[in-house]
Amino acid sequence: MHTYIRRFFYGDIPGQESGGAPNPQGPKNDWPLWEVFIRSKQGLDHKHVGSLHATDAQMAIENARDVYTRRQEGVSIWVVKSQDIHASQPEEAGELYDPAADKIYRHPTFYDLPDQINHM
Amino acid sequence: MDVNPTTEFVLHLADNALILGQRNAEWCGHGPVLEQDIAISNISLDLIGQARSFYQYAAELQGNGATEDSLAYLRNERQFRNCLLVEQPKGDWATTTLRQFFFSTYQQLLFQQLLSHSDERIAAIAEKTLKEVNYHVRWSSEWVIRLGDGTAESHRRLEQAIQDLWLFTGELFTSTHYEIESGVDVALLRSNWEEKIRSNFEEASAEMPTNVFARTGGKTGLHSEHLGFMLAELQYLQRSFPGCEW
Repeated sequence: MHTYIRRFFYGDIPGQESGGAPNPQGPKNDWPLWEVFIRSKQGLDHKHVGSLHATDAQMAIENARDVYTRRQEGVSIWVVKSQDIHASQPEEAGELYDPAADKIYRHPTFYDLPDQINHM
Repeated sequence: MDVNPTTEFVLHLADNALILGQRNAEWCGHGPVLEQDIAISNISLDLIGQARSFYQYAAELQGNGATEDSLAYLRNERQFRNCLLVEQPKGDWATTTLRQFFFSTYQQLLFQQLLSHSDERIAAIAEKTLKEVNYHVRWSSEWVIRLGDGTAESHRRLEQAIQDLWLFTGELFTSTHYEIESGVDVALLRSNWEEKIRSNFEEASAEMPTNVFARTGGKTGLHSEHLGFMLAELQYLQRSFPGCEW
């Protein structure tokens, strides 16, 4: 029995009404993943907003512009390759964060402030 | 169509934007990757926004109860003044991005000229639109380079797209009576346009075509076979249910 499978990528679909199913092995999997950080207005920090695929930094910025700032969400964009981000492991949470739990003296809440000082 | 040259010129600008906007919208949901699907749809929306600005002004100039909707939905193929380039089928991604690069580069130069146009409304729309157009040039020119310098397959597709589209570029710089009478000289834009295309093609390792034959006619209402089908889809609802809203 001969089975004939023709692969179509998005955008290469010939004149067919139905279009083609996206191929899970398609080109998008070749493109590296980037993390996107947006500054919503001057003076604020860049905040992580999500991720996207792009071939290079330039395309990543433009994709981020189109995907994450089309409703005026930002005035500045940072992109970082996801593979360049190193993260702490959830299973290390105990040794990393729990020791701070019983050290309340690290919070600056034990000072009597003069009434004249506001905004502290 | 008995209209004054400025009205016809504004309609020409509007039709260019509407038809290319409609063409690019065909990618919506079919882009090569999600991010580029959004990018091309954004450009499509930018163009439809431009078309609205120009149609609104054309409707004011024309009077007689014309509206932006009646101009977009109730004119026939022969009344459309868009160039042939924008009505060509979307083709593959190389065809779409190359066409966008050809057209946006032309628009960029034209709108820079229109900034000092004696008609303040045209100048104002050109100024507002130029920022979008600058981005379209940036986006599409990078795609041309990316495809030209990418794989053997992407390079072959870019070369094919150049062959398919080149003969429609000459019309952009072929003056019509309404452009001349509106004080616009599109022929002046040609050398700068070619310079930009050439330097981009060099980066993309693509050959600049040497043939000079140009198909013309779209700007005066003589369209290729593709426009009628597009308008059938674009105008179907208003033609079938006149005045319908939702």
